[in-house]
Amino acid sequence: MNALTKAINLFWQSSIGKKLIVAITGAVLVGFLVAHVGGNMLIFAGREAMNDYAYFLHHFLHGAGIWIFRGILVVAFVLHIVATIALTKQNRAAKVENYENEATNVASKSSRMMIWSGLTVLAFVVFHIFHFTVRVDPELAGMKEPSGRHDVWGMVIVGFQKPLVVLFYFVGISLLCSHLSHGIASIFQTLGWRSRKSSEAINKLGLALSVVLWLGFLSIPLAASVVGFGTDEMEMPVTDVADVAEENR
Amino acid sequence: MNLTLKVWRQKHANDRGTIETYDAKNIPGEASFLEMLDIVNEQIVQSGGEPIHFDHDCREGICGMCSLTINGVPHSKEKGITTCQVHMRKFKDGDTIWIEPFRGKAFPVVRDLVVDRSAFDRIVSAGGYISVRTGSAEDANSLPIPKDSADSSFDAAACIGCGACVAACKNASAMLFVGAKAAHLNLLPQGQPEKDKRVLAMVRQMDSEGFGNCTNHYECEAVCPKQISADVISKLNRDYAVASTKEAFK
Repeated sequence: MNALTKAINLFWQSSIGKKLIVAITGAVLVGFLVAHVGGNMLIFAGREAMNDYAYFLHHFLHGAGIWIFRGILVVAFVLHIVATIALTKQNRAAKVENYENEATNVASKSSRMMIWSGLTVLAFVVFHIFHFTVRVDPELAGMKEPSGRHDVWGMVIVGFQKPLVVLFYFVGISLLCSHLSHGIASIFQTLGWRSRKSSEAINKLGLALSVVLWLGFLSIPLAASVVGFGTDEMEMPVTDVADVAEENR
Repeated sequence: MNLTLKVWRQKHANDRGTIETYDAKNIPGEASFLEMLDIVNEQIVQSGGEPIHFDHDCREGICGMCSLTINGVPHSKEKGITTCQVHMRKFKDGDTIWIEPFRGKAFPVVRDLVVDRSAFDRIVSAGGYISVRTGSAEDANSLPIPKDSADSSFDAAACIGCGACVAACKNASAMLFVGAKAAHLNLLPQGQPEKDKRVLAMVRQMDSEGFGNCTNHYECEAVCPKQISADVISKLNRDYAVASTKEAFK
């Protein structure tokens, strides 16, 4: 056991060890984002589809499933942040004195602001969790379907009626996707799966996935706030919603 | 041609150092970059000043001794060549050229443009070798080596250890150098017995020297005078993951 803890410690101490942790946790988080954006698209399928999906997420494995996933995500998220902050500190220390006349040859803007896009995304995620998961706004927390289930669909539409909230989502998601445009391809390089032969395909995959996620995530706040998607339905008193749903059937 | 030089001057390792401006007059286009500095130094010496100190040796692009960051790019923006192979015809009359030492905490400035790159030697000492009794040469073809392995190994072995990769990296990471030195041996059958030990030892030495971590910007690959591919970094990452996992459960 002692040898194993020593090996884990050496792994954490090493530059490549921490980078491997960043890559693996990054891959877990990208996987989560893909599932998240897929689920989000149910907004456009209507209130029932969205709320059924939300109900399923909260009740599969007798309600334990969501906590297992939340646990995995929190561990991945914390490790990703702790390792990148440690790496960034070392990187700053390794280049104490920089050039008076600096030049960049190939590195993209996104790749050079990873720590800042990452920390902004951290702030965004905290806001997002308080907004739609913890629901600190009593108006959003109190939204119920006639059956008594929490009305996730309505909460999202109402939640995006404030322009400042939409603006913060726009900035947060855009920086997240800038982060991913470098991050996804980097996962392959750090895990040792990138080569001259595959680098172009990997870079394109990273960019394409970032753009798809950006469009997918932003389509909802923009649809709700700019296009007015779902707002007709939300202007009705909540008691009438059951009748509308009945009529639709 | 006449040029304005902005040169880093630093009397000794603990001196603060500063950029000083020099006029380089009547520089022929066929002069190499180092010959241009020789001409400027002659003018400085004639006027009683201290010449600009810089590293150089073979001046043929093969020894890895010359350095210099020219206009922010190690070995200048010309692709695939060292500073000694850069010719002044690449510049225009009236240009201002910034000349700075290779930067990185693990490459301390000794004087002016001369930096101490012995950290690289210590990394190679840690594992960049094969411990076998060599004896006399083996018969040809007694040890079969696949063509693609031989080619990749040869590409990695082209590294001359100049340190441009560290100088170009925003984190002063030595991953391209260490990746090249490790891949060179790890790709060959002779390198197999010590592969894991080599990777762990070289990476640990690299970390202890104070080099930064790779953030996959590929600036190193862009400036490498021997055009070594960042594939060697990818391979080093993979080999390290395997070696450290084996070490943990051994």
